[in-house]
Amino acid sequence: MVDLRLYLAQRISALVMVPLVFGHLILMIYAVQNGFSADEILARTKGSLGWGLYYGLFVFAVTIHGAIGLRAILFEWFGLNKTLLNSISWAVGLVMLALGIRAVIAVVL
Amino acid sequence: MSQSKELLQVSVRRGTEDESGLSTYEVPQQESQTILDVVTWIQRHREPSLSYRFACRVGMCGSCAMMVNGEPRWTCRTHVQKVLRDGRLRIEPLRNLPVIRDLVCDMTEFFDKWTRAKGVFEPTETRDDEFAAIKPSDPKRMQANAAIECINCAVCYAACDTVNLNRAYLGPAALNRAWTLANDDRDGAYYDRLAAVSESDGCMNCHSHQSCMTYCPNELNPTASIAGLKRLASLAYLKGKL
Ligand code: SF4
Ligand code: SF4
Ligand code: FES
Repeated sequence: MVDLRLYLAQRISALVMVPLVFGHLILMIYAVQNGFSADEILARTKGSLGWGLYYGLFVFAVTIHGAIGLRAILFEWFGLNKTLLNSISWAVGLVMLALGIRAVIAVVL
Repeated sequence: MSQSKELLQVSVRRGTEDESGLSTYEVPQQESQTILDVVTWIQRHREPSLSYRFACRVGMCGSCAMMVNGEPRWTCRTHVQKVLRDGRLRIEPLRNLPVIRDLVCDMTEFFDKWTRAKGVFEPTETRDDEFAAIKPSDPKRMQANAAIECINCAVCYAACDTVNLNRAYLGPAALNRAWTLANDDRDGAYYDRLAAVSESDGCMNCHSHQSCMTYCPNELNPTASIAGLKRLASLAYLKGKL
């Protein structure tokens, strides 16, 4: 049930996520060095176009990657038909995207 | 062959797709005995109506594959000693294929998938042309050679969990065949074949978990062939050819 385009979208989104995940992990370790507080994080992210783009891209890649992965699992475990698969993975993807963008806006704006 | 006193406890699945059960037989153990020898002994001495398939008995024809103690095997080349568990054997028809009767599966869908994966050579020249000169050391030829000794036994197909979850999936054998042709310079259906193998039940569904490679009696590596197809199809798509 995974065709060439879905396969490529999932692989490319994984490639995009790899450096972002490492960046995020390094940032987390760096950020807790001087104690860990919301103020300190917001001071860094508020008004920052760079962090907005960084986490915006992250959210976008996670959405694509996760929705396609979920689609494959739903098919293999529950044998859903194509219409159902596409509707559920689009719905879950859009919810993930909305929640992610909301979180990015909250820390950046 | 020396006769031994030991008796093997052999359960054989008998019946059809809809209704089957295990029948148990005691079979005298012999030296260098294969699973196919055991099945043949049961048919000759205990159960004349037992249905099973074989032809060459030397690992060439690919017709004798069955599940033995839950794992797919070419039975004519599998020694009882290698797979015996506590003196017991459970012999069943291949997994992932419809059963016709007893140990005989309907191979139609298995071979239909070879056609769907464009497993047929498409010549670009005629008999009047010169022979194509392809060096044995040519890298593409070497990749084709590594995958070409398939005997169509469907052992890999029975071992594949992805086929088990999605019966439309093309499966390791058909895709391995497509890979050999994708590396054949004389073939003229390169992009058509890549399009065929990357349809929605094609090579992109492979989880690379290597059961096919683990069980292939000819030690082929369909997992690597499928990874190769994924690569070629992705490149072709990015170049706008698919
Ligand atoms: S590697 Fe791919 S083809 Fe081989 S058994 Fe696993 S899913 Fe099936
Ligand atoms: S790839 Fe190996 S296991 Fe699969 S059909 Fe060919 S010989 Fe049999
Ligand atoms: S009988 Fe031909 S491969 Fe086993």
